[in-house]
Amino acid sequence: MLKQMDGSLAVARAVALCRPEVIGAYPITPQTHIVEGIGEMVKAGELENCEFINVESEFAALGVCIGASATGARTYTATASQGLLYMAEAVYNASGLGLPIVMTIGNRSIGAPINIWNDHTDAMSMRDAGWIQLYVETNQKAVDVHIQAFRLAELLSCPVMVCMDGFILTHAYERIDVPEQEQVDRFLPSFEPVQALDPDSPMSIGAMVGPEAFTEVRYLAHHKQLRALELIPAINEEFKNIFGRDSGGLIKTYRAEDAETIVVAMGSVIGTIKDVVDELREEGVKIGVLAIRSFRPFPASCLREALRDAKRIIVIEKSFALGMGGIVSTNLRTALGNSTTPICSVVAGLGGRAITRRSLHNLFRKARKDELRGTYFLDLDCAVVKRELAREREKRRSGSTAENILKDVGVVDAANPF
Amino acid sequence: MSNQQIKFYQTGTLTVGNRLLDKAQRSVQATPDRSNSLDSGHRACQGCGEALGARFAIDAAMRATGNKLIAANATGCLEVFTTPYPESAWRIPWIHSLFGNAPAVATGVAAALKAKGKTDVRVIAQGGDGGTTDIGFGCLSGMFDRNDDVLYICYDNQAYMNTGVQRSSATPPGARTATTMPVGPEPGNDMGTGKFLPVIAMAHGIPYVATASVHDLHDLEHKVTKAMGMRGSRYIQILVPCPLGWGLATHETIKAARLAVECGLWPLFEAENGQITNARKIRRGIPVTEYLKIQKRFAHLMKKGAEERVGMIQAIADENIRKFGLTVHGA
Ligand SMILES: Cc1ncc(C[n+]2csc(CCOP(=O)(O)OP(=O)(O)O)c2C)c(N)n1
Ligand code: SF4
Repeated sequence: MLKQMDGSLAVARAVALCRPEVIGAYPITPQTHIVEGIGEMVKAGELENCEFINVESEFAALGVCIGASATGARTYTATASQGLLYMAEAVYNASGLGLPIVMTIGNRSIGAPINIWNDHTDAMSMRDAGWIQLYVETNQKAVDVHIQAFRLAELLSCPVMVCMDGFILTHAYERIDVPEQEQVDRFLPSFEPVQALDPDSPMSIGAMVGPEAFTEVRYLAHHKQLRALELIPAINEEFKNIFGRDSGGLIKTYRAEDAETIVVAMGSVIGTIKDVVDELREEGVKIGVLAIRSFRPFPASCLREALRDAKRIIVIEKSFALGMGGIVSTNLRTALGNSTTPICSVVAGLGGRAITRRSLHNLFRKARKDELRGTYFLDLDCAVVKRELAREREKRRSGSTAENILKDVGVVDAANPF
Repeated sequence: MSNQQIKFYQTGTLTVGNRLLDKAQRSVQATPDRSNSLDSGHRACQGCGEALGARFAIDAAMRATGNKLIAANATGCLEVFTTPYPESAWRIPWIHSLFGNAPAVATGVAAALKAKGKTDVRVIAQGGDGGTTDIGFGCLSGMFDRNDDVLYICYDNQAYMNTGVQRSSATPPGARTATTMPVGPEPGNDMGTGKFLPVIAMAHGIPYVATASVHDLHDLEHKVTKAMGMRGSRYIQILVPCPLGWGLATHETIKAARLAVECGLWPLFEAENGQITNARKIRRGIPVTEYLKIQKRFAHLMKKGAEERVGMIQAIADENIRKFGLTVHGA
C-alpha cells in the first residue's frame, strides 16, 4: 500500500510486519522515531506477543536482545553513533554467540565534538564485529532490506545491521510502498533458533574458550560471512519474486557498463551521484555508479567483476580511519588485488556536511584530469585548517579546536562568543 | 520451605545439624533427589564459598520452580570455573554474555518467555559483587526499575576475585586487595567507601530483597525459595567467603561467614517492597577482631598502631546491629 511517511516510521512499520517478539528501546537521534513508532504500535495492540522494553542504556538494549534471542525470540533494536559505541562490547558478543538480532543504525557521526548529523563513522567502528552490514540508498530500500535482514539473520544465525543515513533518510518524508502482512509472512517464516535456552533440553551458551578452539570459532564466523555472500543475492531474488522490487543484493550498478570512471559509494549519497552522472552522461562523459549494499561481508569478487573495465575508480566515503585514510577504498583496494586501476579515496559528508552536485562536478572534473591523489577531503576549508595550525604553533594554550574553527568560519561571533 | 531456624549447634565446631529436623524442614541439599544443577567437577578453588552458595541457591530455585529455570551469568569466577569449554558444570540452561549485562540478558530471557507464553519457566541472573555493584549496576538498577520478573543473586566475595583480587565497591573498609595494598599510613581499602547494595535495591521498592550467608544454608535456601514464589524483581546478596582472596584456610569458609554475621558486619535480613520485614538476631555477639584475625586480608590491622582502624570497623558493626535491630539473643 502506498503511503506518505518518514523513513523512521516506514522502518518501524517494516519491522512490525516481521513480527518481532522482543524489542529493546533506547533513544538516540536520529533513530528515535523508529523505536517510538514500534512502541506505539505495540501499545495499540497491533503486534501480537511482542515485548517492548524501555531499557536504561544501549548496552542494556543489546543485552536484552541477546537474552531474548538466545531464548528463541525474534529480536530487534535500533541505535546510532554514541549509542552504538556504548553497546560495543555487546555488539561483538551478539555475533560471537551467533544470535540473529536485527538492528537499525541511523548513521550518525561520533563525537567529540558532539555532532548529531549523518556520516558513517559509527557503523564503520563496528565493521569487524562479525555483524552483517547492509547499507540502503532510499527509504523504500530501508523497508525492504529490513524484511530481508530478518530472513538472512535467521538463516545464518548471525546478527545483521541495516545502516540508513541519519536525517537524510530517517527524517525524510517519501512515498513508501508498505508491504502487506501476508506477503511478509510468505517471505519470512517464524524464527527457528539453532540454539535455545530451554529447560527441557539444557545447554550452556557463552562458555569460556581458549587457544585450542578460538581460531576455529573465529574462522567459522568468517565462513558465515562468506556464506552470506551467496545468501544476500538469493534472498533478494526471492524478495523480488514476491514484492516485485530489487532492493537488496550485494552491489548495484547504474550506467556502469561502458563507464571509464566508476564512482563507488554507500547509502543515500548514491541518489545525488546518480543525478550528477546523468548530467555528465548528457555531456558524453563515460561515468557510472556502483552502490555497495553489503559492506560486511565485503563483496570482493562482485566488485572485481563490476570494476574490471573501469579506467578510474572514485570512492566517496562518509568516514575514514584517522591516521590511515578511507576505509571503503582500503577494502576495495584489497578486493581488487593487483589491479592497476587508480582508486581515489574521497572523504565527504562528514558530520552532515552536504555533498552537493556542484562539489561532485568539480571533483569528477579533477579526477578526469588525474589531479586527485591519495585521500582527498571534499570541500575541506584549507584556510581554516591553516589558521588553526598556526594558532596551535603560536600559543601553548590555544584552546578548543572545534570552538576556534566555529569562530573562524563565523558561526560564532569571535569578538563576542556568548 | 519454612524458615524454622535450626537450633542444633554443636558447641565449638560451629556447624549446624540438619538431620535432627523433621523431613519437611530439611534442606534441599539433604534430599537425594536434589537437582544438582551445578555439578561436581567444576574448577573452583578448594573451599570456595561462591561455588557452595551457587549450588545451594540454584538447587533451591530448581526445587521451587519444578526444574523450570534459566540462568544468566555475569563474567567472574562462577562463570569461569563452571564453563571452561567444552565442559560445563551446569545442568540447567545457562547463558553467559558479558561482565556487565547479566541483568539485561536475564530481562531479555524473561521477555522472550513472556512473549512465547511460557510463564512456568523462571529466570535467575547471577554475578559476583564486582559484576553487580560496579560494572553491572546500571543494568541491575534498570531491571529493578522495570520490575522485570528475574531473581538476581549476587555472590558477594567482596572483591574482583577472577582477575586476581582487586577492590570492588563491595570491598569492606580496611581490607587488603591487590589494588588496596597495605602501604603507607592508611593501609588497606579506604575507610568510608563502598556500597551496601541490598539497601539500594530496597530503595527501588522491588518485591523482595534479602541477604544471606553460606554459613546458614537453611536460611539461604528458604530465602531463595521465597523469592521464587514471587513475581517481579527480586534480589539476594549472599556472603560467600573466598579462601584465596581473603587469605583464609580452605576449611574456614563457613566459619568466616558465620563470624561475619555474628559480629554484625554482615546483617541478615529480608525486605519486601522497600520495607524490612525480618532481621536475624545475632546468636552470640563477638567483637569484629574475631572475624578479622582469621583472614590475611586484614593481617595489617592486627598489628600495633592499627587500633583506630579496627575501632572504625567495630563501629560499622555496631551501627549495623543498631540499624537492623540485630541485638544479641537474650541480651
Ligand atoms: C568490561 C570488562 N572489564 C573487565 C573484565 C575483566 N573481569 C572479568 S571478571 C572480573 C572480576 C569479577 O569480579 P566479581 O564480579 O566480583 O566476581 P568474582 O570473580 O569475584 O566472583 C573482571 C574485572 C571483563 N571481563 N569485562
Ligand atoms: S578465587 Fe575465590 S571465588 Fe574464585 S574460585 Fe577461588 S575461592 Fe572461589
